[in-house]
Amino acid sequence: MNLKSFIPVLVLVISFTSLSVRAQDFLAGGKVTGNFQLDAQVYKADSAIGAEEVEEKMLMNAFANLLYSNGNFNAGLRFETYLNPMLGFDPRYEGSGVPYWFGSWKNDQFDITVGNFYEQFGSGMVLRSYEERNLGYDNALKGARIKFSPTAGVTLKGLIGTQRFFWDQGPGIVRGLDGEIALNDLLDKAGKCKTRVTVGGSFVSKYQALEEIIVNDTSLLKLPANVAAWSARFNLSRGGFTLDGEFASKMNDPSNMNKFIYKNGHSLLLQASYSQKGFGVIASAKRTDNMSFKSNRNERGSVLDINYLPALTRQHTYSLAAMYPYATQANGEMALQGQVNYKIKKGSLLGGKYGTDIALNYARITSIENELPEGTETIVSGTEGYESSFLTFGDELYFQDFNIEIQHKFGSKFKLLVSYLNLNYNIAVIEGHPEDSIPVKASIFIADMTYKFDQKNALKVELQHLGTKQDEGDWLHFLAEYTIAPKWFFTVSDQYNYGNPDKDRRYHYPTVAAGYTAGSSRISLSYGKQREGILCVGGVCRPVPASNGFAVTITSSF
Amino acid sequence: MLLSFTIIIGAAMAQETEKSLPKLPSVTVKNLDGKVINTSELSNNGKPMIVSFWALWCKPCINELTTIADVYDEWVEETGVKLIAVSIDDSRSSSKVGPTVNGKGWEYEVLLDANGDFKRAMNVNMIPHTFLINGKGEIVWQHTSFSEGSELQLIEMVRKLNAGQSLEQH
Repeated sequence: MNLKSFIPVLVLVISFTSLSVRAQDFLAGGKVTGNFQLDAQVYKADSAIGAEEVEEKMLMNAFANLLYSNGNFNAGLRFETYLNPMLGFDPRYEGSGVPYWFGSWKNDQFDITVGNFYEQFGSGMVLRSYEERNLGYDNALKGARIKFSPTAGVTLKGLIGTQRFFWDQGPGIVRGLDGEIALNDLLDKAGKCKTRVTVGGSFVSKYQALEEIIVNDTSLLKLPANVAAWSARFNLSRGGFTLDGEFASKMNDPSNMNKFIYKNGHSLLLQASYSQKGFGVIASAKRTDNMSFKSNRNERGSVLDINYLPALTRQHTYSLAAMYPYATQANGEMALQGQVNYKIKKGSLLGGKYGTDIALNYARITSIENELPEGTETIVSGTEGYESSFLTFGDELYFQDFNIEIQHKFGSKFKLLVSYLNLNYNIAVIEGHPEDSIPVKASIFIADMTYKFDQKNALKVELQHLGTKQDEGDWLHFLAEYTIAPKWFFTVSDQYNYGNPDKDRRYHYPTVAAGYTAGSSRISLSYGKQREGILCVGGVCRPVPASNGFAVTITSSF
Repeated sequence: MLLSFTIIIGAAMAQETEKSLPKLPSVTVKNLDGKVINTSELSNNGKPMIVSFWALWCKPCINELTTIADVYDEWVEETGVKLIAVSIDDSRSSSKVGPTVNGKGWEYEVLLDANGDFKRAMNVNMIPHTFLINGKGEIVWQHTSFSEGSELQLIEMVRKLNAGQSLEQH
């Protein structure tokens, strides 16, 4: 990072400082808060589980945020250091610097931000910039943003910026406008109407210099410099009912992701839910067709995404349940999801003294129906690519998940959670394995028990089993965790790939860990082996390579 | 840049002698009806508030909120405290938050921070992360992580706050 990029902040800070009558007045009452996190690991090569030799022996990622706020003025920055990036993080993060800083000022109607910022329009299907530090994902915009609220219930946003690309910025400029009207706040200030209605719309345009490429050795393609996308959305709620939806569309955007076809893209998300105390149900449906939208048309992978396409599947947290996570297929998918939450009442036969929680969830995702023009057998670059009817499900199953979870507290000392999952995971599509790979069918059982010895001491035991005939076969997972509230935890765990079809690869992955928390600071240490897998947080996932060694995490907020 | 920041921090620190505390920042989130809420306007009529950051994918968070749900009525009656559960689930699962919260019978005020704006403004790294806010909207105490029994420390802090005692972390 060079010093030049800090000059605007310096100027900004100084000008704000001198704008106020006296610097002392401006600084009086100012508050500085922040946070810090450091992750480091000492790596040991272990050829059996596939843990590679790390030349540096030790790798570390760390960051610190500082926020300054004073009345309506805010400024902040983040220092990041990767020496060198830990395994599983993109090596292009190597180095240290301040990739994020901003200044903002607001009053009742205006909110102005310059520098780096995060923003989401609607559900994010045309624009979302966000960060998942623990996954190394950050597509922050750098530029300017104005939010304007002319009257109660109306929010308008305008922004322009380029996106973060590790220590650099992507080549495309993103321009966006968004408006949202909460009809009740605008028209029914007395709040008489019991139905709440919110409507909104967005327009996003990407500029990247015109480019000409040659495909199939003969055709010369002109790749458009400006690509527009728009969306419309609504949200309706009354009593326990809600209904919301968003439709997004994108103009011709030939890119490395869609094999340089000129077809328009679109996505539709519809959700309906009903809930009352002790009962909740939701149904969702989504269609996505050719909706990858990046500020560099030549990129692949999870970088420079302008939009965000939410996956309509439940995100699992238990280790074996999270072994086969779904990731949205931006080029096309049809998705359905339903979930029911029910609490058997306290005091009933099955509810006992504390009640019993039951959750059922089902998701199914398939390809879109896909018709190639006559005389072609594959998608041809430079054409419209294919035709697809809007409401038809494709023949190929990408992912299916049925899961049930039951939680019950037996008296004040013992509680139990049991869960069953049935997964169908198209490993060829989702992980890019060879096309003839057999989809993984897996059944997973989980039992999670917690026993409280007294007000501070508790023991938690997790047993998990994953059964499958495909991929790496069956797994067992055992975990025991002893906690002394509110400061200490000690964990031992093991994962055992006892059913690996290759008998020489039936490995154990044992780990011990301990941690100490004081207020908002926490340190945890672990030693052991980690299997190769996929780690997901929020909406994104990253592959985690197998590793063996000693790891430390320190986090603190003030 | 760092220099200018150092100056500001230094000056701000110099002002700390009055020992005023940071207040809830002003960012917008939504409630379960889709209504936009400014976080600096969260209040409990002068009584203490607990602001707890959680997500559907976070097991310890669900444990914490389920544990507190069993004693929440008693807490409210005894101390007047209100718990605000801020979900940082993004648009992948934010619409499941309402049905899940109701399905579990939680009586908290629930807010959706779908793009993490409130989370960032509160310097939350890992969840669960729980803040205690006094009647003036100032952040007086915070704690990260949850283990069985941690809820007792939390309510003890609320009692101390009500009694006007110091909330030293250790």
